[in-house]
Amino acid sequence: MAKYMLKKLLMLVLTLLAVSFVVFAAFSILPGDPALQKLGTEATPEKVEALREQMGLNEPFLLRYGKWLLGMFTFDFGKSYSYSMSVTDLIGSKIFINFTMSALALVLVCVISIPIGIYTAKHVGSITDKIFTVINQLFMSVPPFLLGLLLTFIFGLTFRWFTPGGYVDYRDNFIGFVGYLICPAVALALPKCAMCIRLLKANILEEAKKDYARTAYSRGNSTTSMLYRHILQNAIMPTITFIGMVVADMIASGIIIEQVFGIPGLGRSLLAAISTRDYPVVMAIVMLIAAGIVIISTITDLIYAWMDPRVRVTDKSE
Amino acid sequence: MKKRRLLASLLLMILLASTVALSGCSGDKENSSSSITIGIPQDIEDSLDPHDMLAAGTKEIFFNVYEGLYKADSDGNLVPAVASDVEIAEDGLTYTFTVREGVKFHNGNLVTAEDVKYSVEKFADIEGGAPSVAAFSNIESVEVTEDGKVAIKLAQPDSDFLTMLSTIEAAVIPADNADPDSNAIGTGPYKYVSRSPLENVKMERFDEYWGEAAHIEKVTFKICSNADTIAMELNGGSIDMFSRLTTAQMAELDMEKYNVLEGNMNLVQALYLNNDFEPFSDIRVRQALCYAVNRQEVLDFVSDGNGTIIGTSMIPAFGKYYDESLAELYPYDVNKAKELLAEAGYEDGFTFTITVPSNYQQHVDTAQVIAEQLKDINVTAEIQLVDWNTWLSETYTNRNYEATVIGVDAPQLTATAFLDRFVSTAGDNFVNYANADYDVAFANAMATTDEAQKVVYFKECETYLAEDAANVYIQDLPEFTALNKKYAGYEFYPMYVMDVSKIYIVETSGE
Repeated sequence: MAKYMLKKLLMLVLTLLAVSFVVFAAFSILPGDPALQKLGTEATPEKVEALREQMGLNEPFLLRYGKWLLGMFTFDFGKSYSYSMSVTDLIGSKIFINFTMSALALVLVCVISIPIGIYTAKHVGSITDKIFTVINQLFMSVPPFLLGLLLTFIFGLTFRWFTPGGYVDYRDNFIGFVGYLICPAVALALPKCAMCIRLLKANILEEAKKDYARTAYSRGNSTTSMLYRHILQNAIMPTITFIGMVVADMIASGIIIEQVFGIPGLGRSLLAAISTRDYPVVMAIVMLIAAGIVIISTITDLIYAWMDPRVRVTDKSE
Repeated sequence: MKKRRLLASLLLMILLASTVALSGCSGDKENSSSSITIGIPQDIEDSLDPHDMLAAGTKEIFFNVYEGLYKADSDGNLVPAVASDVEIAEDGLTYTFTVREGVKFHNGNLVTAEDVKYSVEKFADIEGGAPSVAAFSNIESVEVTEDGKVAIKLAQPDSDFLTMLSTIEAAVIPADNADPDSNAIGTGPYKYVSRSPLENVKMERFDEYWGEAAHIEKVTFKICSNADTIAMELNGGSIDMFSRLTTAQMAELDMEKYNVLEGNMNLVQALYLNNDFEPFSDIRVRQALCYAVNRQEVLDFVSDGNGTIIGTSMIPAFGKYYDESLAELYPYDVNKAKELLAEAGYEDGFTFTITVPSNYQQHVDTAQVIAEQLKDINVTAEIQLVDWNTWLSETYTNRNYEATVIGVDAPQLTATAFLDRFVSTAGDNFVNYANADYDVAFANAMATTDEAQKVVYFKECETYLAEDAANVYIQDLPEFTALNKKYAGYEFYPMYVMDVSKIYIVETSGE
C-alpha cells in the first residue's frame, strides 16, 4: 500500500510540474501585455515600462518560471496584478463558494441517483422505469448552462423564489448564501444524476446475471436481500469511480454555471484573470484545478481499494 | 411514523429559524436604515492607492474615501477641503496652502503639513519624474513653511492647477501608511472597509469627518457584471441603486419602487473619424457625413429622445466654455451631403468600417443607426464589434481603424482635458486631427492667465473642430440612475463621481 501511495504521489508532482510549465509557457506566448492592460487609456511608454519592471515581466522566461516554482513550494503564489492583494487571500475566499456549491451538488447526485438507480434496476421494465429512462435521456442531453437558464426562468422569474443575479455574500448572510446556491447546484447535479442512475442500473442488471447471483437465487434468497447483500457491493464500484470524476469535474462545469447565475467563484475569477492577463491568479487557479483532479482520482482509487479487496490483491502482486 | 414526524418538525424548525434570521436582517436595515447597496457594473480591479488608480469606475466610488487640498462640489465649483485656504503669489507660481485644523485621517491621526508634503511629493514624483497625472510634472518643489503652511512651487503658471489638485490623483494620504496599495486611508466622509474580488467593496461612515457628515452608515458596492439581471436585482431588492441604466433596463424597472433620476454622462459621443484614412482625409467627405447623420433620430432610437445634441468636443456642463451654437452647424441635409461627396469625387459613395467596443450598448446602437442613415448617401458603413481590450490597443493606442463610435470623457474637471488631445502632436490624438491654427489657439489658451481670454481661445478651438468636421459629433449621453424610493438626496456631478454622502433615508411608514 505504501509503495502504491508513493507512486501516486510522484505522479501527482510530475503532473503538476508539467501542467504548470505548459500554462506558464502558453501565457508568455499569448499576445497581450498585463502592464498595458492595467494602464488602459492612460498608458504612456514610460509608465508601461516602469510597471513591467515592477511586475518583473522583463526578466527572461526561465528565470520567471523558476521564481514562480520556488514560490509555489512555499505556498506563496505571489500578488495579483489587478487587486494588489495576495493570490492566496483572493483564492481562499473563492474556494469556499465553490466548495459549498460542489458539496450541495454532490449531495444531490448521491441522494437522487443511488435510490433511483436501485429502484429502476429492481423494477426493470415497469412503467416507472420507462418514465425514468425518458427523463434520464432528457437530462443527459441538456447542457448545464441551458438547465441553469431554465431554472432561472422558472424559479427566478416565474415563481420569484430567488433574485437572478442576486448573489448573497456568505459573510453577510450565510443562509441566504446557501439558499442562492441551491439552483446552481441543481443545474450542476441533474445531468450527472441522469448519467449516474443509468450507470448504476446497468451495473446492477449485469451483476444480477452472473453465476454467483443465480446460485444464491436458486438457494432461496429473496430478490431484495440478494440485491442489498451481494449484488450492490459489486455493482456500485463503477458508480463510485464516476462520482469521483464528477467531483473533479465540478470546478470546470462550475465555470459555466457561475457565469449563468452570476456567482463570483473560482471560475469567474479565472476568466477575469485571463482577460486581464493577471498571470499569478491564472497560474494559481489552474494549478488548483489540476491538483484537485489528480488528488480526487487518487482518493477514488484508494476508496476503491478499500471497498473491493480484489483491487488490493492484484495491486500487491504487481 | 414517529421518525417521519421528527423529521418534519425538524424541518419546520429550520425553516422557522431561517425566517427569523432573515427578517432579523431586514429589520436591522429598516431600524436605523443606515445601509445601502449600490450596484456597479465593473469589478474594482485596481490599486487602492489614489495616486495609482486608473479605472474611472474605481475613482468614481473612491471619491467618497479620498480628498485633495481642494475638492469639487456638485455644481463643479472648487471648494477648500483638506486645505482651508490658499494664497496664490502674484506671478502665479507659488501656491501656499493652510492645512485645515482638525481634519483627521481614517486611522484617527490628524492631518499635518508633513502629510500634505509627503502626498504632493508622492503624486508629483518630483524625484522620479513619473507623476500620477502629466500636469503634475509642472510641480517644482513643495515645502512646509515656518508657520506650518505648505508651499507648492510651479515651473510655469497654470490656471488649472487648483482643479488638478481636486482630483483623486492628488488626494492627501498619511505619510506613515506603509502599504497604500492595499490599505486605503483617506480623509473623506467614508472609510474603506474591505474588498472581495468580483463581489463587492464595502465602506463605512467616518464619524470624525471634518465636514458635513454622511447620512448612511454602511455602504456596499456590489459588482453586478451581468447587464441582463440588473433590473431584476433592483426589483428583487438585492441592490438599492444603480447608475447609468440603459433604456432596456429601465423598461423592466418596477416604477412603484424606484425613482429614476436623469443627468448627463458628461462625455462627448461621436463617430470619431481617423483623419488620416482615405477618404476621411478630405474635409468635404467628413462634412458630408456630418450633414448625412440625423442626430435627433439617433437620440430617439438610442435613449428615447433623451440626451443633448452637441457639435464639438465640449459638454454643456462646462457652461462658459461651451459654445452651443456649434450644435446647429450641420443640420440634417441629405442633398447637401450628396453634393459635397460629389465635389470630393465620391458621387458613387464608398465603404468603410466602424469599429465599436461591444461592451457599450449605447455606442453599438448609435453605430447601427448611423450605418442605416449613411445608406441614403450611398455610403456603406460596416460595423465591426471588438472587445474592449482590442479597442484599447488597436483603435485607441495604435490608431489602426477607419472610424469608431465612442464617448470621450474628461478625466479632470477642466476644459483642457477635453481639448488637449486634438493638438496635432498630442500622444492621445487618436483621430489624427491636425490643424496648425488649432495648435496656436490651444497654446494661447494655455499661456494666458486671464479667464476671459481663455474662454475666447477655447471657443476658437471648439469652432475649428466643428468647422473642420474633425468628427461627426452626436451627443452628451443621458445618464439614468435608479434609486429605491426608500432613499433620496443623490446629486449628479459634472464629472465621473458617485457621491454617497448626500444620500439619506426617507421616512416611510408604509413599509
